[in-house]
Parts: sequence; structure tokens; C-alpha cells
Amino acid sequence: MKRWPGYLFIVLATSMVFAADAPPLAADEIVEKRMVAISEELRCLVCQNESLAASRADLANDLRREIRKMIVQGKTDREILDFMVARYGDFVLYRPPVKSTTWLLWGGPFILLVVGLGTLVFFLRRRNRNMSMPALSEEQRRRAAALLDQSDT
Amino acid sequence: MTPELGHFALILALMAALLQGLLPLIGAQRISSYSAQWIALARPAAQTHFLLLVFAFACLAQSFLTNDFSVAYVAQNSNTKLPAMYQFAAVWGGHEGSLLLWVLMLSGWGAAVSLASRQLPEAMVARVLAVLGLVSIGMLAFILFTSNPFERLLPALAEGRDLNPLLQDPGLVFHPPMLYMGYVGFSVAFAFAIAALISGRLDAAWARWSRPWTTAAWVFLTIGIAMGSWWAYNELGWGGWWFWDPVENASFMPWLAGTALIHSLAITEKRGAFKNWTVLLAIAAFSLSLLGTFLVRSGVLTSVHAFASDPSRGVFILILLAVVIGSSLTLFAWRAPKVGVGGAFALVSRETMLLINNVLLVVAAGSVLLGTLYPLLIDALGLGKLSVGPPYFNTVFVPVMVPLLLLIAVGPLARWKHADLRDMARRLRVSFILALLAGAIFPHLMGIWTPMTALGSLLAVWIASSTVFQIAERLKIGGGNASASFWGMHLAHFGIAVFVIGVTLVGGYQEEKDVRMQTGATVSVGGYQLRLLDIGAAPGPNYHADVGTFELSRNGHVLKTLYPEKRHYFSSQMPMTEAAIDTGFTRDIYVSLGEPLDNQGAWSVRVYFKPFIDWIWGGCLLMAAGGFLALLDRRYRLRVKAAVTLPGSVSA
Amino acid sequence: MKRFLLPLAAFAVLVGFLAMGLMHDPREVPSPLIGKPAPAFTLPQLHDATKNFSVVDMKGRVWLLNVWASWCVSCREEHPVLVELAKTGSVPVIGLDYKDQVADGKQWLEKLGNPYILSVVDSDGRVGIDYGVYGVPETYVIDKQGIIRMKHTGPITPASLAQTILPLVKELSQ
Repeated sequence: MKRWPGYLFIVLATSMVFAADAPPLAADEIVEKRMVAISEELRCLVCQNESLAASRADLANDLRREIRKMIVQGKTDREILDFMVARYGDFVLYRPPVKSTTWLLWGGPFILLVVGLGTLVFFLRRRNRNMSMPALSEEQRRRAAALLDQSDT
Repeated sequence: MTPELGHFALILALMAALLQGLLPLIGAQRISSYSAQWIALARPAAQTHFLLLVFAFACLAQSFLTNDFSVAYVAQNSNTKLPAMYQFAAVWGGHEGSLLLWVLMLSGWGAAVSLASRQLPEAMVARVLAVLGLVSIGMLAFILFTSNPFERLLPALAEGRDLNPLLQDPGLVFHPPMLYMGYVGFSVAFAFAIAALISGRLDAAWARWSRPWTTAAWVFLTIGIAMGSWWAYNELGWGGWWFWDPVENASFMPWLAGTALIHSLAITEKRGAFKNWTVLLAIAAFSLSLLGTFLVRSGVLTSVHAFASDPSRGVFILILLAVVIGSSLTLFAWRAPKVGVGGAFALVSRETMLLINNVLLVVAAGSVLLGTLYPLLIDALGLGKLSVGPPYFNTVFVPVMVPLLLLIAVGPLARWKHADLRDMARRLRVSFILALLAGAIFPHLMGIWTPMTALGSLLAVWIASSTVFQIAERLKIGGGNASASFWGMHLAHFGIAVFVIGVTLVGGYQEEKDVRMQTGATVSVGGYQLRLLDIGAAPGPNYHADVGTFELSRNGHVLKTLYPEKRHYFSSQMPMTEAAIDTGFTRDIYVSLGEPLDNQGAWSVRVYFKPFIDWIWGGCLLMAAGGFLALLDRRYRLRVKAAVTLPGSVSA
Repeated sequence: MKRFLLPLAAFAVLVGFLAMGLMHDPREVPSPLIGKPAPAFTLPQLHDATKNFSVVDMKGRVWLLNVWASWCVSCREEHPVLVELAKTGSVPVIGLDYKDQVADGKQWLEKLGNPYILSVVDSDGRVGIDYGVYGVPETYVIDKQGIIRMKHTGPITPASLAQTILPLVKELSQ
């Protein structure tokens, strides 16, 4: 029982640190997390090159509010992104959808890598072959051709 | 009067550039009886060119510091209330002035070459300076005909429009000059490449001459990009450090190409191989710098930074781009087939490692280029508008970087010509085990294990340990004779490990809180507590601000007081966020003020706990320091002697 | 040795695209709503909050939906053009007062003239979002079936009115 005051003090001290933590701005932090994740994929239209998550523009605030509303309504991420695309077009998506006009964009780096490494291997092999085999002189070539002719007959 | 003098100096500089660009080039072809005199003209012309631009620049600075609002550019970018430091930095705060800085840097590099090239063959120096002069002619014409910073505004304004508040940060004072030094510095490597192509003398000596210049430019560019990232982190108030903004990409692409160039120059210098490829990279690195200038200055890609959008300027700089790069590539196509192949090497060798490094870096640069230009391409084809943003770049960039980072530990172990795989595997054994352990265990110590944090930890330890072991091996066999480039290389590679740690840990373990705070409220983040003591108004020179006073503490110990601000500049509608950051070795605490939420003094406040974020920039500084060390290598200074003992090469 | 020409060829293609890119305005974002039915809404009218207006009310007529606000600086620039247009009576214009105070909106029209047959109040900007509004003023051309045929972003100028909007209205009216 004698320990009580000390114990109480510790409880009070820790609760002073943690219980007094400022309230989060968002009414629901899980919704807020999802909203931020979605709006990082979206481009703010007024600012031209800021994500919706980062922008403090008026329209961005409104759109974030709409996204929150849709999350609460139980919409999926896909549905929310579709909502934005229906109004503002593919331009709002920072991750362009994979379709015929973006195949080159998504496949490009991979193609570059394959072509780059392929070219490297090709050149290294050819280079080594050329180096290990000294070029034939005109005289040697004629003799080789003559030998080949003979073997044909 | 001063602006007219500046304008006149610009015109004279164009004349000097014409002299520098044409006569020495013709002289070096030895077709005229005045050849020797024309070649001798290169150095004084380059130096005069530089001094004239310094003078023009000083005139513009003078106009800014004396608030001469009869100069249109000053009136647009300055204000009497602007602090003097920013009045000076505002010289490069807008389109015209940043071009002047660009061309000043270009002429500065030319002057540096003219002074530090005594040991080079005269004809080579003449050609190099001439190429720099030719580029400068284009840029000076661009400035004089479309973007004259000295244009008068009559009647003069009583007060200037002020510098964009986003730029009113100490970052503006240092970041653009550093960045441009690097960006434009690749012009020297380019000029050496073109000079070598013209002369047809593409050899190991050429690689040795251009190597220190390339490294120097790369050092500046590395610091410049790191400072830009740090500036964005401080100034934009979102706590991010890289945004894949087109303007950032514009400086990152030359960096990637320049990094590839540094490595391929090593092959060409040591082994005389892949000269064509190295020349092409030198052209590519500077071309990407020019392309970056085009993208930023023409406004074809809107971004936070593109303040200038004027089609006539865009057309002019596109023509300039087409002429400079087009003629270099034509020259390349003409000369390259005649270049010899150089020394032989086995498939497993230092040469091959460096070439894989080159392929990966070029693919990375190509991917960034593709992503940056793709919206433009689709729009030009009439297929609509789309955006390519951070989610795309992160998705495609990481897979290309991972093999490159793996290779860093391996490459330096490989011998030239022929490497012994078994020996390399033996020397990497311990690093391999350490890296696996780091990937498995380290994320658990920091918090939760995720594939990305595991991968990052693995890569960082793999590179760092391999680097340390290689240094240890070297010290065992007598480190006293290790060259400066040995130390430089390992320091730079170690810097990459530090960088990777920073990126991984801040990406995986940062904490963020958006809270509502009133005086007396506390918020805890990452084991630290922040108490809001007060929010009050404070006047600034050209803004008024709301300043929050936050007490940072940990376990009851007060560590520091932080003062984030919300500034309202007189000249701008948009409020600016000045975050307050407590920088530590292993973490930053970042506080920024949002908006007032009611009349009772409640504010929205955003706090971040950012573990190891400063390692990102620290890593960049280590890379730059590594480059600087490599510059000190004795063999670059020994050239003087070599040139003297080999007089034959001078006349060749 | 054709492979040495490859970099030059690639660069030539790049320059071609950059040149084409210079001719496009990166700030203009095309609306995906063109050719689609105008999003339905019912909003209170500016001058009489008891009365509502719906898109269906305009069925059978070609009309313009003009998004404006009293706080919008470029709307001031556009307004005289609309006032002139209203005088000719060639096409009805409905105003969407976007994220505005009713009193401010009324006062603005009183001072500068009212070219709209009526204006509706979108005080929280919700309808604006449905129309993909991102930079006021914006104008939509809507046909007899209620399909959006064109969107003009930014202030209408006499030239854009005469060259694109009115010819389209004429064509749709037939």
C-alpha cells in the first residue's frame, strides 16, 4: 500500500504525456489514411504539378472532401479513381492506366533494359571474336577460296 | 546607364564568343597561313568572353541592389522590401537572369579550361574552347534576341512586383549556381568529345584530359541536386525530398548520363576501349543538360518551376538544341566508324562490369526521359492528355536501380582484362552474409519488416561492407600508395550506401500527424513530444507571419524550441509555409503550421518524425566528396611532365 | 556503318515531337464529358431561392452553361462579352454561380449587368465537381438532347465566341 503514491504519480505522469495528445484533424484516421493514399495518386488540376494530397488549393480541398465522403459510403479505391477520371479525364491520374496509348510508357523501360543488355552482349561477343581472329589478308583469302573450290570438286 | 553598359557588355561578349568559336577552330585545321595566330586567339578570347559576362552580370546585380525598377526584369522579380541577400539572388530568380547565369557559367568553364590546359596540345585547346564558344554564341543570341534582362520599362515602376515567395529561401542563393555549374559543366566534356571527333584523335589521352573536367562538373551537379532536394524539403512544407517534377528530372537525367560517363571514361582511359561509346555519352550528358534547359525555359511542360512560357522563346531554344545536338551527332556518325576498338578483355572483367553499369544508368536516364516527355508525346499525337507522376517513376526506377546497386559492391573487385569469379565470390562472402542478415533483422529493430525496407537495408549493407572490406584489403597490402581516385571511388560508393539507408528508413518508418492544436496542447511523434507554447503574429521585411512556438522534448527533457511560420507575402495571394525542423543525426522532427481553424486560436499543425532523412543528403555529399578526392589524383597533375617528355604528341 | 546514324535519327524524332509539343498548351485539359449527357442537377436560383432549376428544363433547346463567380478575376474580363451576346439573343445562357455568396453574386450582376436568363447557386461546388470545373470561368455548349458538345475553359473572347462557339450553336440548332 505504501507504494501507491509512487505508482499513482507514474500513471499521472504518463497520462499527462499521452492523454493530452492533440486531437487529430481527421474525424476518422483510417478514412484519412486511405484518402491520403488515394489522393497521392491524383494530380491537382489547378496547381498543375502537385498531387491532390499535397495541394492546399481550394478545389483540392473540395475533392479531398468528396473522396472522404465516398470512402465513408463504402466505395472502393477503383470506384473513387473512376469518379475522378469521369470528370477530369486520365489527366488526373499520376499513374497512367495501362492501355494502348500507354504501352510504350509502361513497357519502355523494360524494352530499353532488354535491348541495352542484349546489345551489350552482342557487341562484347563480336568484339571478342574479332579480336581473337586476326583479319585475313587479301592473299590469304584468295588461297582459302581456292582451297574451298578444290574441296567442292 | 548601368543596364545599358550591361547590355553592351552582353553584345561584346557575343562578339568575343564569335571570335572564340570560329577563328581557333579554323586555325586548328591548319589551312591558312595565319593558323598559329588564330589558334593563339582561343585563350584570350575565352577569358575576355568570361570577363565581359562577369561585368554584365555585375551590372544586373547592381540594378537589383539599387532597386532600378526601370529595368523590366528587376521590376518583375524584386522589391524594395526584399532583403539584400535575396535581391542579389533574384538576379537568377527569373527566366532572363537564369539564362545569364547559365551562359556566365559556360564562359566560366571556358576560362577555367583556358587557364588549366597549359599541358594540352595547342590545337586541342583551340578546338575545345571553340566548341564552348559556339555553344555560347547560341545562348547569347537567345538572351539578346528573346530574353534580354536589361530591357527598360518606361515609365519605371515605383515599386517592383517582388520575387516569387517560393524562392525567398537561402536555398535560392546557393542551389541554382551549384546546379548550373554542374549542368553546364558537362559542356567541357562535350567540347573535348567534339574536339576529338573533329581532329580524329580519339585516344586514351583524350579520355584522361576530359576525365577531371567531367568529374568536376559531376561534383557540382551532385551537390546542386542535393541542395535542390533539401530546399524543396524545407520550403514546400510537404516533408518530401523528391517529387519527380519535370524540372527535377531535367537535372537528374544529365546526372545519370554524367555518372555513366565518369565510369566509361575509366574504361577508355585505362584500356583505350569503347571510345565511341564514351564520346556518345559525353554528347548525351550535355545534350540532356540542353534538353533540360529547353524543358524548363520553353514551358512545354508545366510544373511548379516553369515560370516562363513564351512560344517564341521555345522555338528559338528548340532550334538551338537541334543545331548543337544535331551537328554533334552528325559529326559522330561521320567520325565514329573510323575509331579503333582498343584493348581486348574477357567477358568477366572490370570492363564488362563498367559497361553493365553504363547500360543500367542509361536505361535509367532513358526511363526518366520517357516518363518526362510521354505526356508531351501523347499530346502531340492528339491522343489526349495524361500525367506521369511519382507513382510511375517509383515503379519503373527501382527495378533498374536494384541491379546497379548490387553491382557497386562487385564491380571494383573485378580486375581489368580478366577477372577471377571464384576469387571475387570469396572476397564477397562476408558482405553477402552481412547483407542477408541486415535485410532479415534490421527492419525488425526499426519497427515492422517490409519487403522494401528489407531490400534497402540489404543493399546498403552489401555496398557499405564490400567497400569497407576492399579498403581494409588495400590497407593490409600497404594503403600508403593507394591513389586519390581509389579513395574517391570508395568514398562515393560508400555515399550511395548512406543514401540508400536514408531513403529506405524515411520511406519505411516516417510518422506523420495532422492535428488540431491550441496553446498548451501536446502532440507526440516518434517518441518525441511537441508542446505548443504560443502562436503569435510577427512582422517580416516583406511579409507578415504567424509564428508558432513549439517546445520539443523527449521523456520530459526539453531539447529545443521550434518556430514554424505561416507567411503572407505582401506581393502574393498564396500563404507560404516555413517549416521548423530539428535536425538530428538519426532523425528530423519537422513541424509546419497549417491554417487557423477558429477564432479561439486553434490551428491545424502537421508534424513529422523522419528517421535518417539527413542521410539522403549526407550520402550525396559523400558522393560529391568522393568525386572531389578523385580530382586530386596525382596523375592529372603529372600530365604536365608527360607532355614535356613527349613533345611529339603536341605537334600531332 | 548505319548504326552510327541511330542516335541522330532518334534525336530527329525527339525534336519533331518537341516542336509539336510547343504548339500545344499544356495547361488546357480536355473534358471527358464531351459527347456525354450533361450531369443532372437541381439547384436553387440566385434571384429566387425558392425556385429550382434542373438541366431537364432546357430539353429541346441549345444552350450555354457558364460557370462564374464574383470572386473570379478573369470572369470580369469575360463578362462584357456575355452581356453583348445576351443582347443578340442568339443563345440562352444559364449561369452557374460557383462557390459564391448569394449576396455577392447578386451585387456583381447588378453592377456589371446580367446576361443570364437565370443563374443557379452552387455554393459548395458539388455540381462544379460533376462538371469537372477546375478553372473558372468555364462554358459548356449543351445541345437539344442535353448532350455536352463543347467545353471552353477560361474567359470567352469575342474571337472564340465568333469562331467556335456560335457556329457550333448554329449547327446544333438546325
